[in-house]
Amino acid sequence: MNCIIIDDEEMARAIIAQMIANHKELHLVQDFSNAMQAIKFLNQNEVDLIFLDIHMPDFTGFDFIQTIKNPPKIVLVTSDKNFAIEAFEYDCIVDYLVKPITEERFQKAIQKANTAQISSSKLTTEKTSTEDNANEFYVNIDRRLIKIEFNSVTVVEAKGDYIHVKTDTKNYIVHSTLKKIEDKLPNDLFLKVHRSYIINTKKIIDIEDNSVLIGKEVIPVSRANRPELMKRLNLL
Amino acid sequence: MEQPNTTYIDELSGDNLEFKQKMIGILKRELPEEIEMYQSQIQNSNFLLAADSVHKLKHKVSILGLEKSYYLAETFEENLKNNSTQLQNDFEAILKAMHKFVEAL
Repeated sequence: MNCIIIDDEEMARAIIAQMIANHKELHLVQDFSNAMQAIKFLNQNEVDLIFLDIHMPDFTGFDFIQTIKNPPKIVLVTSDKNFAIEAFEYDCIVDYLVKPITEERFQKAIQKANTAQISSSKLTTEKTSTEDNANEFYVNIDRRLIKIEFNSVTVVEAKGDYIHVKTDTKNYIVHSTLKKIEDKLPNDLFLKVHRSYIINTKKIIDIEDNSVLIGKEVIPVSRANRPELMKRLNLL
Repeated sequence: MEQPNTTYIDELSGDNLEFKQKMIGILKRELPEEIEMYQSQIQNSNFLLAADSVHKLKHKVSILGLEKSYYLAETFEENLKNNSTQLQNDFEAILKAMHKFVEAL
């Protein structure tokens, strides 16, 4: 298996590299001190297994997983036991190693990676699907999963690599894309009205030619999306 | 107070003296840098960043076999996240012992 290591700590990279070197079936392709370098590498190269630190400055391990398109098998490496529950919500994560890693525990992780029956179609950055009738979704903010009720969301706005999820009481900035959240939101309640905006149609106060008022916020409506918006309205 | 040791490094290295020297070399270089970073963040009252530094230092604490100190570091990290510097003196005493031990390796 071709592997890479992503960890901002040189000591951790050296320890994992040594353990990889002790396993004939593993081949260390490269190691990275930050996730961005690894993303660039993975844009042009394929690997079978990633040893990924969760707690890194600027870009966490979970941010990394959500950013790469088709993540290979991933073994998380961390000093923190508190992420275990979140970790196993990702199909691509096969094991979770707590530092300092022992050879015995490393061996077990490799066995798990070998036996993990993960079909490529199952490898996804999406969380394990929730029940069809779920009334909420979860967002990952500062390594915490925060529950947001669909009904409370007013607007979702795309801003660069982030989305702003605006609710009746609070706004959240999440590292994700409008496309990803659009897939999560129920179609009967939400509509994309502009390439940068999804709105909760139940929260509309009024509509003008090319904009809608939601709360105190004026949201642009693109010409292409306007017919669908009009169709949704219970017009007299 | 428990004392740092190289048990983990010895077990990991086995007969591989080259790897053992590599580990010690990294410790000698990386530990002072991480301590300096932590001190600078504490001095500037950047407690969240200081918590990140403590998180990183925890790995070195455990590598040097300081099991009880690891739990203290874990609690101190949480304190810093809550804007409290409680256990700062205890944690810094651990850092001092680690630094002294690593310098002498």
